[in-house]
Amino acid sequence: MSYLYAAYIATWVIHIAYLAYLVRRYTRLRTEIEELKKNR
Amino acid sequence: MKRAFPILAILTAVLLSYGLYGALISAPTEQTMGDVQRIFYYHVPSAWTAFTLFFLNLVASIVYLGRRNPKADALALASAEVGVVFCTVVLVTGPIWARPVWGIWWTWDLRLTLTLVLWLIYVSYLVLRRFSSSGQTPVLAAVLAIFGALDVPLVYFSIWFFRTQHPQPVIGGGGSIDPRMLHILLINWAAFSCFATLVCWSRYHLEILSREVEEAQALESLVVESPR
Amino acid sequence: MSSSGITRATLAKDLRLEWRSKDAINAMLFFALLVVVIFSFSFDPTAEESRRIAGGLVWVAFLFAAVVALNQTWARELRNQVLDAYRVSPAPPNSLFLAKAVGNFIFVTVLEALMTPLFIVFYNLRALGPAYQLFVVAALGTWALVVNGTFFAAMSVRTRSREIMLPLLLFPITIPALLAMVEATSSILTGEFSARFWIVLLVAYDVVFTMASLFLFELVLQAE
Repeated sequence: MSYLYAAYIATWVIHIAYLAYLVRRYTRLRTEIEELKKNR
Repeated sequence: MKRAFPILAILTAVLLSYGLYGALISAPTEQTMGDVQRIFYYHVPSAWTAFTLFFLNLVASIVYLGRRNPKADALALASAEVGVVFCTVVLVTGPIWARPVWGIWWTWDLRLTLTLVLWLIYVSYLVLRRFSSSGQTPVLAAVLAIFGALDVPLVYFSIWFFRTQHPQPVIGGGGSIDPRMLHILLINWAAFSCFATLVCWSRYHLEILSREVEEAQALESLVVESPR
Repeated sequence: MSSSGITRATLAKDLRLEWRSKDAINAMLFFALLVVVIFSFSFDPTAEESRRIAGGLVWVAFLFAAVVALNQTWARELRNQVLDAYRVSPAPPNSLFLAKAVGNFIFVTVLEALMTPLFIVFYNLRALGPAYQLFVVAALGTWALVVNGTFFAAMSVRTRSREIMLPLLLFPITIPALLAMVEATSSILTGEFSARFWIVLLVAYDVVFTMASLFLFELVLQAE
């Protein structure tokens, strides 16, 4: 039943991809905040 | 609110694990379709979650048009993005299910088609938000959300009638459902709802923070420029 | 000047400008002809099944043409800062919207009138159902495309890649109307089903979105 596993794996790949995108934006935001703190 | 986050995260992890176990192992095997039917435990709750998120987007958009509160706009954006993610899951798992069962990748199944249209509407919503260089993008996006919401019942009826004239396979099977299956389905729905809440909340928080940083950066550049 | 007076004046101006330049109608004709000719290669006019897909093909051609017309709806206004003038004038924004929408409706209807004889010839079309209903479907369907198209054209006026934005926004929202138009046309041509449900759906669609557009246009105008 490879279709079954394909579906479940696909679901989590999509969710993890989005979470990875969020994490990337958070880290970028953190560095920007550090920049601002430094300039102040 | 911040203290609730870790608690919700743990609850989500527990529910998701239990839901997964239930879906793959403890739920009874369906008679006609066999194990492939288990995709149902992920496909259906994802659809319900996506629809709920889009409804949240509609409410946030209307609130924004009424009060012009930027937080409402941030919530609208967050719920739209997460909604599209869940919609994508539905559109991917649907054909994966349809193929072994019906031999075709796509069918004008009512729920699947409605999900496709909503996906298209909200992808265009997100593209509008990204590409609009008007200062009032949130207003335009909110108007688009309302148009999308008005469209939904019309889509529903048009597909419903189309199916009566051109009979199509139904994904998810009709008829009554075994209570043990219903139990697993609801567990997974609760699990994905909690998961969606976590993700949407994070995206909302990210958006608020992101806007504060932008404002601070804009002020920075003003201060730097001014000694001329 | 009264609001209907403004509508009529704006409409008259747009029609006059278009009559002189024929910009929109030429572009529309080109796209529609392109679709007709290319599809006619894959079309066997004597086959019975062809009648079933003719409905879809006809509306693809009209849809392409409509998008061309819609894309240039606000271009002139944008170039000459007319929108700013409208924003500060006491004229109701609905008048402007209505004038633009009706203008587009006229352009697309003229195109449909020009193209229909071509379709009948190329695809050997003959309606097996009640042919008069085709006019009703054409009018309702064209208005559905045009009313939302004019609205979304206004929304995309200040976006990057404006020409992509309009079809991107328009297509998902018009899916029920497109389905209704194509199915109604096919039903009438093949005579297999009654098109009544689709016509009712188109009426409902037109009413809902005309009201929504009139109600919300002011927000969009102010938002530019």
